[in-house]
Amino acid sequence: MLAFMIRRIFQSIIVMIVVALISFLLFRFVGDPVNQMVGIETTPEQREALRVQLGLNDPVLTQFWRFIWGAAQFDFGISYQFKQSVAEMIGKRAPATLELSLMSAIFAMLVGIPMGVYTGLKRDSWLSKFFLTFSLVGISLPTFLIGILLIYVFAVQFQVLPSFGRGEVVQVGFWSTGLLTASGLKALILPSITLGLFQMTLIMRLVRSEMLEVMRTDYIKFARARGLSRKAVNFGHALKNTLVPVITITGLQLGSVIAFAIITETVFSWPGMGLLFLQSVQNVDIPIMAAYLMLIGFLFVVINLIVDLLYVAVDPRIRVTGLAQ
Amino acid sequence: MSDQTAPQIDIVEKGMLARALDSDIFFSFRQSKIVMAAAVVTLIYFSMALFAPWIAPHNPFDLASLDLMDGLTPPAWEEDGVPQFLLGTDDQGRDLLSTIMYGSRISLAVGFASVAFAAILGITLGLISGYFGGFIDTVIMRIADIQLTFPSILIALLIDGTVSGLFPESRREDSAFWVLVLAIGLSFWVQYARTVRSSVLVEKEREYVQAAKLIGLKPLIIMFRHVLPNVLGPVLVIITINLALAVITEATLSFLGVGIPVTQPSLGTMIRIGQDFLFSGEWWITIFPGAALAILVLAVNLLGDWLRDALNPKLR
Repeated sequence: MLAFMIRRIFQSIIVMIVVALISFLLFRFVGDPVNQMVGIETTPEQREALRVQLGLNDPVLTQFWRFIWGAAQFDFGISYQFKQSVAEMIGKRAPATLELSLMSAIFAMLVGIPMGVYTGLKRDSWLSKFFLTFSLVGISLPTFLIGILLIYVFAVQFQVLPSFGRGEVVQVGFWSTGLLTASGLKALILPSITLGLFQMTLIMRLVRSEMLEVMRTDYIKFARARGLSRKAVNFGHALKNTLVPVITITGLQLGSVIAFAIITETVFSWPGMGLLFLQSVQNVDIPIMAAYLMLIGFLFVVINLIVDLLYVAVDPRIRVTGLAQ
Repeated sequence: MSDQTAPQIDIVEKGMLARALDSDIFFSFRQSKIVMAAAVVTLIYFSMALFAPWIAPHNPFDLASLDLMDGLTPPAWEEDGVPQFLLGTDDQGRDLLSTIMYGSRISLAVGFASVAFAAILGITLGLISGYFGGFIDTVIMRIADIQLTFPSILIALLIDGTVSGLFPESRREDSAFWVLVLAIGLSFWVQYARTVRSSVLVEKEREYVQAAKLIGLKPLIIMFRHVLPNVLGPVLVIITINLALAVITEATLSFLGVGIPVTQPSLGTMIRIGQDFLFSGEWWITIFPGAALAILVLAVNLLGDWLRDALNPKLR
């Protein structure tokens, strides 16, 4: 058990170092940082002075170490385009992205699980078939198209929901939240649905297949034989056992939700990290790109690690193979 | 005597086409009307893309023929529509139907090129990884693992941003196509490498590989001439499904503004252009290319699903 955990954490650290190395190589070698920071009228001497000051003449390994050390303290340098601290810019925009991702995950679970249970219990009803076809179409449509369709229907035709921005936000400490105002909540609806739709279909299909599997098992038959009510069997016994994989998948998907927020944020002009990253890609603003990559990488590694360790805690079979390896 | 040999001759004389029409795969094809419809739709798209310069009513890339006065014409059946522009025009006065034809051409070209690139890269690395094993296998598979933890759209975005950063500003429009192919191809290779590697691990223990080794063939020849043809089945399925994914990724990147430039719009670029006009009532600029994209992706996806089931012996 302990050996498995140590090995798993060690692997995560290696992945993180590789991600950091890629970020650093981007940062250091794509375009000359000095060229990006100074104007045309700067003399070669001034450039050289800036090079020394930034430590660009030091050995690459020293620079890499400095980069990692800086990243560990949330210091990612200065944006070429905005001349502001990258960490501060990302920090300011993080709440928008995180609230959006959280709401879309909640939406995906609240809608996906009941739909999955229904299609699993009543396989042959026309509503189940409709749900399944609908989910196939949902998977085939690209995210940005779904967003545009939602905007066209709800913002242009019916004019009931806003199509861009966060609405009114309230500052709670360092966190700016849109969850406390009516316009902020309204602004969240369309983006959350757009972002959560894919996860919703995923959860629905997962719950459906798990339900089909569980309903065949002996303990469900026994529960029925004991004369328990249908509700108690379906929800108390069957659903409970399908939820472990659902929670795992949702957890693992959280990272991709945050990454896919790039697209949703562009469609809805949502002032989050994804939009910032996209603008940095368009303007070749390397420090922001590198910082975003590090951040997402860190998130993915941590989520994967937590899920793996939880699995070890829950499932004794993994513990055995972990020891054997 | 002649009675016994007759049927054998019959089998031999059946042409390739007849045998193909008699096969299990074609049988399962004829079983499903949806799959047949998907195949027809896909064929229409392919021919539209191939023959766009000849069948499109206008040439949307020819700036001289564009007239800004024609801009924002609604579809022919709406008020103010003209029969000359069946699906209306965009803000530049480009005929939408022609632009969709040319746009599918670019989208499918990027799709095919990037899938081919990903497949060649992935298959080669998978073969090497599975056949030689050891250190080189560990390195390739670790890289694949790390890449697999990130969504492919993020990797494509990063590669796209980095590579276009290496080009000077003036060259970016010309290089956009190949940068996209590189970005999408590099974000998709992992699946091929993993699939091929696992098949190779099984195949290389077989007698025919041992025999090939025994007669002194070089590893490269054994890998590509003997092992490769036997591991291609699953790869074919991935290629079909990846084609739909690659078209989506191209459209997404173009929509995000880092893909194909506006002068030669792909489907994604057109949707991006049209989004600004959604609120002023010019819905057709977005909706028609969007529908064209959705139908294309759905059709290719359905074909991929069918192929996966048809080639899977467990489901027969």
